Amino acid sequence: MRDLHLSLNQTQRVRLQAALDQLESDASSTAAAAASVTVADTIPVNHEDNILKGHGTSDLDGQVVATLCGVVERVNKLVYVRALRSRYKPEVGDIIVGRVIEVAPKRWRLEINFSQDAVLMLSSMNLPDGIQRRRTAVDELNMRSIFIENDVICAEVRGFQHDGSLHLQARSQKYGKLEKGQLLTVPPYLVKRRKQHFHHLEQYDVDLILGCNGFVWVGQHVDTTTKESTLLSDEPSDKEETNNAVPPETRRNICRIANAIRLLSVIGLTLSVESVTETVEESVRANVQINEMLGAEFYVQTVEREAQRRASLVRKRR
Amino acid sequence: MEYVNPLTGLRIDGRRPTEMRHLKAQIGVVSKADGSALFEMGNTRVIAAVYGPREVQNRGQQMNNNEALVRCEYSMANFSTGDRARKPKGDRRSTEISLVIRQTMEACILTKLMPRSQIDIFVQVLQADGGTRSACINAATLALADAGIPMRDIVTSCSAGYLCTMPLLDLNYAEDSAGGPDVTVGILAKMDKVTLLQMDAKLPLDTFETVMQLAIEGCKAIAQYIREIMLQNTKQLECRRGS
Repeated sequence: MRDLHLSLNQTQRVRLQAALDQLESDASSTAAAAASVTVADTIPVNHEDNILKGHGTSDLDGQVVATLCGVVERVNKLVYVRALRSRYKPEVGDIIVGRVIEVAPKRWRLEINFSQDAVLMLSSMNLPDGIQRRRTAVDELNMRSIFIENDVICAEVRGFQHDGSLHLQARSQKYGKLEKGQLLTVPPYLVKRRKQHFHHLEQYDVDLILGCNGFVWVGQHVDTTTKESTLLSDEPSDKEETNNAVPPETRRNICRIANAIRLLSVIGLTLSVESVTETVEESVRANVQINEMLGAEFYVQTVEREAQRRASLVRKRR
Repeated sequence: MEYVNPLTGLRIDGRRPTEMRHLKAQIGVVSKADGSALFEMGNTRVIAAVYGPREVQNRGQQMNNNEALVRCEYSMANFSTGDRARKPKGDRRSTEISLVIRQTMEACILTKLMPRSQIDIFVQVLQADGGTRSACINAATLALADAGIPMRDIVTSCSAGYLCTMPLLDLNYAEDSAGGPDVTVGILAKMDKVTLLQMDAKLPLDTFETVMQLAIEGCKAIAQYIREIMLQNTKQLECRRGS
């Protein structure tokens, strides 16, 4: 599997195998596993109903055949195959994190984990002075003062362009350039669409943004309410911000949270604020060093803990 | 040299004439790639990595705006053969095999679903012991399925030859360099359509039909194995992800 290529000793291997077997024998997961299909598998369908063939399916001699490896989902009359490890599938309103790869006339091109690059128009971005006005040629020439190549940006999907690429907007204060933190890449299927993607972990003073495209940002907390007031004043706020280095304690917390996310994504568990904070707390409780979090022992412990958590959930349901 | 022992009916590596080499596959070996696979047929070991669908890097190459662009690159590691290979890429054989693999995979990928994008398939031979072309196509199929790229069907490939008046399945390097005919077949397993057919040397037509049929049966056996591997991988990912 997509492991961290860890060298486990014999006891760790046995424990890991036992925990993985327990995860797999869970009642709910066996149901999901039973609906798994591979490419060119026939999907069992009742031919009397007018079944709508959705994504990941195709018609072969009147039979519904899968074109992807994944799990069959049925919603009323729609049958589709949900692929697991694929590129990001965008929807309007998703919060995403991207990296600027090009500054083009009146727009920025961002790399998000999609089949094409996304476009952030100058008109979809707040100007530094915060005034709502028409973008002039001077604004276009000063685009580089807002974002340049390799900047990390948080934005929202506004819609699709005619050629299928994405149109983004970053008009709110919570969107924009992200600084003083780490950007992590995880498979997009591990990030579920929720109501909240911006999380502020108070006890660590860290912002956590789970982008729907699989890009996750962990960084020092930025207070979006004070950001607005400093932008309108005439102080040299840029210099002030860069001079305030991130304190070592916050840096350690950022690294710890980032390692927790890396570990969860390698195991293949769904990412959510709860699972990340639980992993971090567990590592602190067990006195695991930050670099040891990606080691063999903590890996096995995390899998065991997840197996126990799911077993207790099943027991509660009964 | 007797490639098939007349007394026992076994080949030089102890296989029966219609027996394939041991197959082994592993998904997810290159963590940075969107999809990757390691495929072994006996001693032949091949790694495939798929990147895509992603933005087209070279605007000049984008021919058709309605389809995805499929690029393939085949290379042999310097240490893959007995004599250290001098030029792993760019020589005629590698270019030809790259083209062959690209055409085979392009026939099965549903390129119309991903317009204006590019899919890169990189295949590298780590150990060469005959049948590298087939192993590369099988590894590329697994890697494409791992990357979640929609395909019409599973493409598998196998080679067969004719030595000592016997059709032999899955030739290794010694049998391949014997100078007899070598037929490589690639099929879409479920739809039963041939996408690749290559042969060197000469064969009378009826013998050719027997040898090709043998290779097609080998392909179907590989398809079954590949399907099991993919299903196991999907179930594992889904179980771990939880609800």
